[in-house]
Amino acid sequence: MQILLNGENTEVSDALSVQGLIEQLELTGRRIAVEVNEDIVPRSEHAEHQLAAGDRIEIVHAIGGG
Amino acid sequence: MSENETPEDRPLVIDGTTYESRLLVGTGKYRSWEEAKDAIETSGAQMVTMAVRRTNLGQNPDEPSLLEIVPPEKYTLLPNTAGCFTAKDAVRTCKLARELLDGHNLVKLEVLGDEKTLYPDVTETLSAAETLINDGFRVMVYTNDDPLIARRLEEMGCIAVMPLGAPIGSGLGIQNRYNIRTIVENASVPVLVDAGVGTASDASVAMELGCDGVLMNTAIAEAKDPVRMARAMRKAIEAGRDAYIAGRMPRKAYASASSPLDGTFF
Repeated sequence: MQILLNGENTEVSDALSVQGLIEQLELTGRRIAVEVNEDIVPRSEHAEHQLAAGDRIEIVHAIGGG
Repeated sequence: MSENETPEDRPLVIDGTTYESRLLVGTGKYRSWEEAKDAIETSGAQMVTMAVRRTNLGQNPDEPSLLEIVPPEKYTLLPNTAGCFTAKDAVRTCKLARELLDGHNLVKLEVLGDEKTLYPDVTETLSAAETLINDGFRVMVYTNDDPLIARRLEEMGCIAVMPLGAPIGSGLGIQNRYNIRTIVENASVPVLVDAGVGTASDASVAMELGCDGVLMNTAIAEAKDPVRMARAMRKAIEAGRDAYIAGRMPRKAYASASSPLDGTFF
């Protein structure tokens, strides 16, 4: 299925959870936050939250800023 | 306060934590992580700002994370909403920051209105502040140097008001001392000058006006020697604070001899 991942159209397997996506992106253990369709998906729900085709996903981290 | 009274030396307390350092620093624009780490340590700052951005997927997997440079165990992290031009984006950014930092709800709210000046959009800022406060965030708010808006933000429940001295990254210094002074006089929450400081004397001016602290990034990061400038800023903040508390001498139109005129032998 297609999702919009950090602004890019991305093809991923069906039946993928947020946690599964994080694993595929090799971001496991990284300090990140995830938003699906403009709602936060808390870390505690990454395993159970299933993605759907067309979901808009943002994965963010902390960077330098003023 | 009149110039004859000595101000009370109240400690800087933000969200229940007392800070020894009145210098808050940003973590952007440094030439290297090493330089950022050294400059931030030298500044003595205990609170540092950070930004929230998309993770670079598949790029530089071994690059250190900002949180390794400024570990949350050592510094109070202040996530900002830099780059947000609407209240909605600012609120989204704060929620992502809270998730990123395990429920940490202290944020620096800034909603900008114009790319050329990065001047704050006050109506969007007020709207975002209300939403965030209702959602349990502790909001330190970047605003313009308008005393009425500063008071309004405090009344809404912002825990610190942070007026600009001059546009972000401009290094022009405190452009409207009288407004900053009025904001300080009116406020019962900490007032921090955020943006506009270019060099050490600018930071001292802010502190001499009675501000509780100064937040800066570019003045240190874009100095030719950021570590030395960080040290200069630390001293300037301390000097300005002491001068404010000490109470300056009154200004006089004419000279007043420092050596007695009695006992001269000529």
